[in-house]
Amino acid sequence: MALLQLSEPGQSAAPHEHRLAVGIDLGTTNSLVATVRSGMSVVLSDELGRSLLPSVVRYAAAGPVEVGYSAEAHQASDPKNTLVSVKRFMGRGLLDIAHSESLPYDFIETEGMIKLKTAQGVKSPVEVSADILRALKERAEAALGGALTGAVITVPAYFDDAQRQATKDAARLAGLSVLRLLNEPTAAAIAYGLDNAAEGIYAVYDLGGGTFDISILKLSKGVFQVLSTGGDSALGGDDFDHRVFCWVIEQAQLSPVSLGDARLLQMRAREAKEYLTQHGEAPITAKLSTGEFVDLKLTTEIFAEISRTLVQKTLGPTKKALRDAGLAPEDIKGVVMVGGATRMPQIQHAVEAFFGKEPLNNLDPDKVVALGAATQANLLAGNRAAGDDWLLLDVIPLSLGIETMGGLVEKIIPRNSTIPVARAQEFTTFKDGQTALALQVVQGERELVSDCRSLARFELRGIPPMVAGAARIRVTFQVDADGLLSVSAREQTSGHEAHIEVKPSYGLSDDEITSMLKDGYTHASDDAFRRALREAQVEAQRLVEAVQSALKDDAHLLSMLERAHIDSCLTKLQSVLIGDDRRAIDAAMDALSKGTAEFAARRMNQGVRRALAGKKVDEVNL
Amino acid sequence: MGVTLSEAAARHVSGFIAKRGKGIGIRLGVKTSGCSGMAYKLEFADSAEPDDIVFDSHGLKVLIDPKSLPYLDGTELDYTREGLNEGFKFNNPNVKDQCGCGESFHV
Repeated sequence: MALLQLSEPGQSAAPHEHRLAVGIDLGTTNSLVATVRSGMSVVLSDELGRSLLPSVVRYAAAGPVEVGYSAEAHQASDPKNTLVSVKRFMGRGLLDIAHSESLPYDFIETEGMIKLKTAQGVKSPVEVSADILRALKERAEAALGGALTGAVITVPAYFDDAQRQATKDAARLAGLSVLRLLNEPTAAAIAYGLDNAAEGIYAVYDLGGGTFDISILKLSKGVFQVLSTGGDSALGGDDFDHRVFCWVIEQAQLSPVSLGDARLLQMRAREAKEYLTQHGEAPITAKLSTGEFVDLKLTTEIFAEISRTLVQKTLGPTKKALRDAGLAPEDIKGVVMVGGATRMPQIQHAVEAFFGKEPLNNLDPDKVVALGAATQANLLAGNRAAGDDWLLLDVIPLSLGIETMGGLVEKIIPRNSTIPVARAQEFTTFKDGQTALALQVVQGERELVSDCRSLARFELRGIPPMVAGAARIRVTFQVDADGLLSVSAREQTSGHEAHIEVKPSYGLSDDEITSMLKDGYTHASDDAFRRALREAQVEAQRLVEAVQSALKDDAHLLSMLERAHIDSCLTKLQSVLIGDDRRAIDAAMDALSKGTAEFAARRMNQGVRRALAGKKVDEVNL
Repeated sequence: MGVTLSEAAARHVSGFIAKRGKGIGIRLGVKTSGCSGMAYKLEFADSAEPDDIVFDSHGLKVLIDPKSLPYLDGTELDYTREGLNEGFKFNNPNVKDQCGCGESFHV
């Protein structure tokens, strides 16, 4: 007979109506699936009792697709067809990927997301993730004895819309119905039952295989509010492996190694790293295909030394997230550790030193996210008891804004705003008589539109002709509780309006995913320079147009000589305008302004004379 | 007669109750539904009803409403593992026939 689980009072399911729901942590290195059994969140293991499923998929020339440990076993022997850490490639272009030159894959740079060439054809990261999800789904259905109602899948807090959509697509390919994508830190907080805990502000420090996330959560009356998030989408345990790998190459004085040897040494590097969690030193031995023999000892001290900058790199975003939330380290009541990489002693020490308190780590850091996701899935599937319906407030992971003159981004809703949210800002026209305005909606932290991701474009027409700068156009951004963005623009004097809805999935099918955001933090000074340059260019362009328009109307006020001087200043400015020398632009603008000062004065006098012509003194209101 | 828990079932029930943080025991029952007449009810119990019949097994309270008892008398609740699946199983001597899936039965 069927096996039953304990239900909440009055909640026993009718036969054949069990709502089986799972939480899935689709990780960079390992994935897990968990469910709620008799009121308790548990991770589901495979036939051999292993709870982790390595996020490794092998597409061998012959045979079925292998997922997990069996695929991982071929990492060294068949590196090209054995795909690891594909989560890093979700919704990404080749340029976004760190160390792509040292990865053993045949990348195909297509429009949008990269693809990988394998013996079973070209695979997109979405398809590879779908194969991992399918394996987890089969495991869950075998363990629960029925088809799944749905799943909650976790994603890093600052996955953008393209990456979230890619994750949803992968689930759909695997035949899973996604109840919700849940941010990993929020899932971890749920797993720790922080919703029942004392109120306060908590930090979730999540160092996984390939991503680092820091989130600041506020808990009050059982309600989670994400105050801020931050992190580095290209930093994780894999990077620590890479440091050890590089150290091995250097210490053993190896010349460039073959793909298979590189994989072997990377595996040895990871084993050594994991061994050091419990031991003071780890042996690293390997026999390479060249016959060379590696025999080294890695001590905790050396490991801490070579990985010091990586540990420091996690503290930068941590400080920033605190700053975003307007908090200091001592405001944090507890720190939740997530991700296998947080087992490393140097991480534990660094976090403890930074926050001045010992981090929470009594749950298995590899499992917390899946356990929390299972709790959430159980609720969303409708298996809730009285008093369980807590509210989960979410934030916008990346700023939303519009393009302004010069390809600059004007942020309307800053990142980390809680949703639902509505913000409005007024814009104006750039040219005299301008009757239409093109609006481009973008998402990202960078200053230039070309570095952010475009979400939508629309036009506002029917602006009454006015001089530049006179029109008042109110642009409103609204994000509802489901994350659906709508943008409207309204010209205030005429009442003309245009409106667009941007669905989270907007234009983000596999093929359409455009080049992704790079890490905004590393480009701050670069961006500031480029913004200043663009602003100078826009200002110069405005000056050129104003002078040209004045010359057209009032050239008769100038002598030949004066006209020639202004023309030469104008030509000079137009020639430096397109360059990237901001000083030259400033200087040429200065020269043109000085050169036209007298002209401007005469125009003003002329205007005053005209206005006063034929009027008595007492008619003029001075 | 009455209703008992196997040792494995008792161990898991106390674990689940501890984890849940509240509850005085578990409630067993039957309801008339399902493809073969009756279906089992298996729930946490937060309070006893005045008419409940309470059995004590391995130090745990098992609550049954009087109408369900005739269908369950003599039942041992077990906890077993079948492949990857695990859960509670009713070893009920009253069952004459059950549906293919075993989720409902009649006496």
